[in-house]
Amino acid sequence: MHRTGELYGQFQTLEQQKESATLGMWIFLITEVLFFGGLFLTYTINRRTFSTAFGIGSNTLDITLGAGNTVVLIMSSLTMAMAVWSAQVGKKKLVCIFLIATLGLGTVFLGVKAIEYKQKFDHHLIPGRSFDMKYHPAHPMAGDDLKELALEKKEVDEALAVDPDINFHGQLYFSLYFGMTGLHALHMIVGAGLLLWLIKGSFAGRFTPQYNTPVEVVGLYWHFVDIVWIYLFPLLYLIDRHR
Amino acid sequence: MLFITGICVFFAAAITIAIVFFFFKYHRKDSNAVGIVTHEDSRLEAVWMIVPLMLSLAMFGWGAVVYVDYRNAPRDTFDVYVIGKQWMWKAQQPNGLEEINELHVPVGRNIRLILASEDVIHDFFVPAFRVKMDVVPGHYNTMWFRPTKPGRYHFFCSQYCGTNHAIMGGWVTVMEPSDYAAWLSGSSGGSTNPVVAGEKLFAEKACITCHVQDGTGRSPSLNGVYSAQVLLADGSTVTADEAYIRESILQPNAKIVAGYLPLMPTFQGQLTEEQIFALTAYIKSLQSQPVPAKGSGIAPPTGKR
Amino acid sequence: MNNTPPTSYELPRTHYLNATYGDGIRSWLLTTDHKRIALLYLGSVTVFFFIGGVLATMIRIHLLTPGGALVTPETYNKLFTMHGVAMIFFFLVPSIPAVFGNFLIPLMIGAKDLAFPKLNLLSWYLYMVGGCFVLYSFSTGGLDTGWTFYTPLSSVYSNSAVTPAVIGIFINGFSTILTGLNFIVTIHTMRAPGMTWFRLPLFVWAHYATSLIMVLATPVVAITLLLVGLERLFHLGFFNPALGGDPILFQHLFWFYSHPVVYIMVLPGMGVVSEIIPTFARKPIFGYSFIAGSSIAIAVIGFFVWAHHMFVTGESTYIALAFSFLSYLVAIPSAVKVFNWTSTLYKGSISWDPPMIYALGFIGLFVIGGLTGLFLASLGLDIHIHDTYFVVAHFHYIMVGGSVMGYVGALHFWWPKITGRLYPQSLSRFAAVVLFIGFNLTFFPQFILGYLGMPRRYHTYPPEFQVLNVLSTAGASILALGYLLPMSYLTWSMRYGKVAGPNPWPATGLEWKTASPPPTENFDVTPEVNWEPYDFKNRTDLGLPAATPSPAPAHGDD
Repeated sequence: MHRTGELYGQFQTLEQQKESATLGMWIFLITEVLFFGGLFLTYTINRRTFSTAFGIGSNTLDITLGAGNTVVLIMSSLTMAMAVWSAQVGKKKLVCIFLIATLGLGTVFLGVKAIEYKQKFDHHLIPGRSFDMKYHPAHPMAGDDLKELALEKKEVDEALAVDPDINFHGQLYFSLYFGMTGLHALHMIVGAGLLLWLIKGSFAGRFTPQYNTPVEVVGLYWHFVDIVWIYLFPLLYLIDRHR
Repeated sequence: MLFITGICVFFAAAITIAIVFFFFKYHRKDSNAVGIVTHEDSRLEAVWMIVPLMLSLAMFGWGAVVYVDYRNAPRDTFDVYVIGKQWMWKAQQPNGLEEINELHVPVGRNIRLILASEDVIHDFFVPAFRVKMDVVPGHYNTMWFRPTKPGRYHFFCSQYCGTNHAIMGGWVTVMEPSDYAAWLSGSSGGSTNPVVAGEKLFAEKACITCHVQDGTGRSPSLNGVYSAQVLLADGSTVTADEAYIRESILQPNAKIVAGYLPLMPTFQGQLTEEQIFALTAYIKSLQSQPVPAKGSGIAPPTGKR
Repeated sequence: MNNTPPTSYELPRTHYLNATYGDGIRSWLLTTDHKRIALLYLGSVTVFFFIGGVLATMIRIHLLTPGGALVTPETYNKLFTMHGVAMIFFFLVPSIPAVFGNFLIPLMIGAKDLAFPKLNLLSWYLYMVGGCFVLYSFSTGGLDTGWTFYTPLSSVYSNSAVTPAVIGIFINGFSTILTGLNFIVTIHTMRAPGMTWFRLPLFVWAHYATSLIMVLATPVVAITLLLVGLERLFHLGFFNPALGGDPILFQHLFWFYSHPVVYIMVLPGMGVVSEIIPTFARKPIFGYSFIAGSSIAIAVIGFFVWAHHMFVTGESTYIALAFSFLSYLVAIPSAVKVFNWTSTLYKGSISWDPPMIYALGFIGLFVIGGLTGLFLASLGLDIHIHDTYFVVAHFHYIMVGGSVMGYVGALHFWWPKITGRLYPQSLSRFAAVVLFIGFNLTFFPQFILGYLGMPRRYHTYPPEFQVLNVLSTAGASILALGYLLPMSYLTWSMRYGKVAGPNPWPATGLEWKTASPPPTENFDVTPEVNWEPYDFKNRTDLGLPAATPSPAPAHGDD
């Protein structure tokens, strides 16, 4: 039932099976919108209330890495769409290639995220006991541009005057940052797992113009994860970017 | 209450009677009988959608009127500050006298309670007066009532707040004005007049260094500001009520007065709710002080902007 | 009067219960047969119902005296919290959908199974894992925040086992979401030929509407409870004012789910009633399209009334006005259903079989519960009765008087289909009446208690409230009997009940055109539908000589 003869027992026709799988994925994605939506709402409300702290928090994020990651993810959506197309026109080798490319780009994204997370760790920006927004400007690290650092210190000091509770409110920003990007990364890891499964199937030549629903459905999921990032990036990285 | 009860009893009775009647009248006699088809009737459906809708609108309207009146206290109120905390109530009379789990008020006055919480959400509920309001940490809520009969009335906490939620209640005592005055002066357990306490705090916390009374300080004078309209930097105006004063103390950059810089530091975490009450009482007492021509945040009367 | 089948039947040789496609327990725990999964759920929800029931019993006994007769204040607070959590998340939400929806929807639409059978099994496992977390929370310190988890009490001040409980509810939420997803896709894509939307049984319409709510509302409570858990674990400040957060934000997020969830709990019960009434009045339901449409209307409008739980939080008056108005609007579709059910009885051929008694009990109690909702929707009245026993009585009338009665009614209606057996008819009619009376005795006094001012969640109360409390507890003992009776005779019937045959009542749904119990693949041949729902007059295959054959009118769309 699983390897050959792709029609599952509860369905009458392949058409019905494909319709069901696609509709099922769309509904699942809608639930994901509502799931992320709660976080987005909380973020928006807190961003209005604590704009100073959120501005400082946003400025500690590396915009080059963030923008780069955005491009990487958009490209991965392109390769994913190409994989779907290849399956639909029967180019089985291309399916493998594009799926591997998608996985590769996704892995690059996750790798860059890991680097960013490590940076936050080094700069004492993980919410918890050792959270301190004043830490990094006061402690230069190898590879830091001292002029940038001085600017940062000035900004933090100015912010402190306006909002003495900047560490409290900054923690809110970073909790939401890690919460939202972490949840997103979790979804990407699941996506990577799904891609591995697809790659395995594509090597076995499973996906044909008659049967390519798994590729299409995973493609929908991957595009959704991409869209979430496209909202996350400006919200988190691009506040008050006047520097 | 009677109106809604009447309508509901009518419909409940009508439906019950119909069902019971049909249940017996159309009881199956022959084990093979089928029922007689009655066809869908859109007009009937419309009727029993529109009639309940009209009745609902009436219920809504009546309730709305009562509620809007409840949420908008009249101007001349007798203000009492009430703090709820796990698991007791503290009420402070205008002259500063504090009570625990008791509230004495004069009859026939509009009593307004300003409610604050020190920890979790509570609720001040007086069943006999048909009033309640949540007490939410981080916010002020206000409620008002006008007692019409002297007596002792139970009040309860009615928002679950932990272990002793059920015993966090007390008594509202409504007294004739003469009895109330006698009680007020005769009570021991004196506390400082909140206005006096507030004035002391105002100096201690250095508010006075910027908020100079004659308007020559770095920040607006607070004479006459309570319940006046304040002009903000973004052109909007806001009424300077207790909530505005509290916000200005705890989140000064939320609203900046027009023509002034965002210089005020926050006092979050440095003042208890009672101290904020005291400062508010002091600022209220400045209502009658002369407003300087320059150096006040009060919006000019409309038409002159 | 009795509707036992005229001939005697034998059970089919193989059916889904004894089908040998695996050995023993593994074939149950790894099944993808929707009917077996439904029975797995039946077992689990019964366990949680029992747990919730024991907690309720302890609450009522404790409230016999003003000072509290049974437990300490801390324990009492845990009792009502755990009662709420167990009953709402682990009994009421799954009950009818996960047991009867799972069992019946494929049968009712002529399909072999749901669209995603493995996802269905996963739903059950998620439910069980969530349940384990919650039971762990109950047994290691308990939970004392109220099922509503208001912050900052739940996120900062409570010393009870909040975190495992919110994790458990979070995981259980995904069980609900996947079930809803499965139902929506199944109903869209797997209907048998000729089963158009307007030929669907109203039970299916009700579950479609319920599933819409499940998939849209549940993710919100999932993320909200996740944030509460994070706040507790890492001392973050989303909802804690001391750290700049807002407890009212929690309430908005929480109630955005928790109001629609009450419609998840009641719509399936309404679907059950919509099946039982035409069956035992032996005529089509009056106003089919209006009942179908009202289910969807309730689901949609139900998303826009959440802040009626927050009228006294100090929210803006404009918001309060809007939500009060919308709350009155959402009552109208429910009223439409009640009027249509009643009209169906007119000129019917009404039998007094047990499912009918339960369905009528549902209508009676739901009407009282629903009408008292009008009191609560009134802004002026709500100021007085908010957070008192009036609210407790209101929601118990709907959830217990409505949903649970619907659940027990469904058990009685479809028991012959699920087990192949009938149960003692007179005893079950008696049990229905006991349930109805016991319920009213338990909860009607609570309306009065609430109006007199007794707040809810109180472990002790002023002495003037004692008489009504004692009355309520006395009623509860009768109510308990009303539940114990069916549990006993239904269990008894599994072995000793009379064999039912395929269609004992008879009823017109597709599920009754296959054997009782059904074979694993549901139908030997995929049915083709060319009749209208509840068409007793024209269905000659039901064994009713009074039916006259006539061509079914072409109707409905795809």
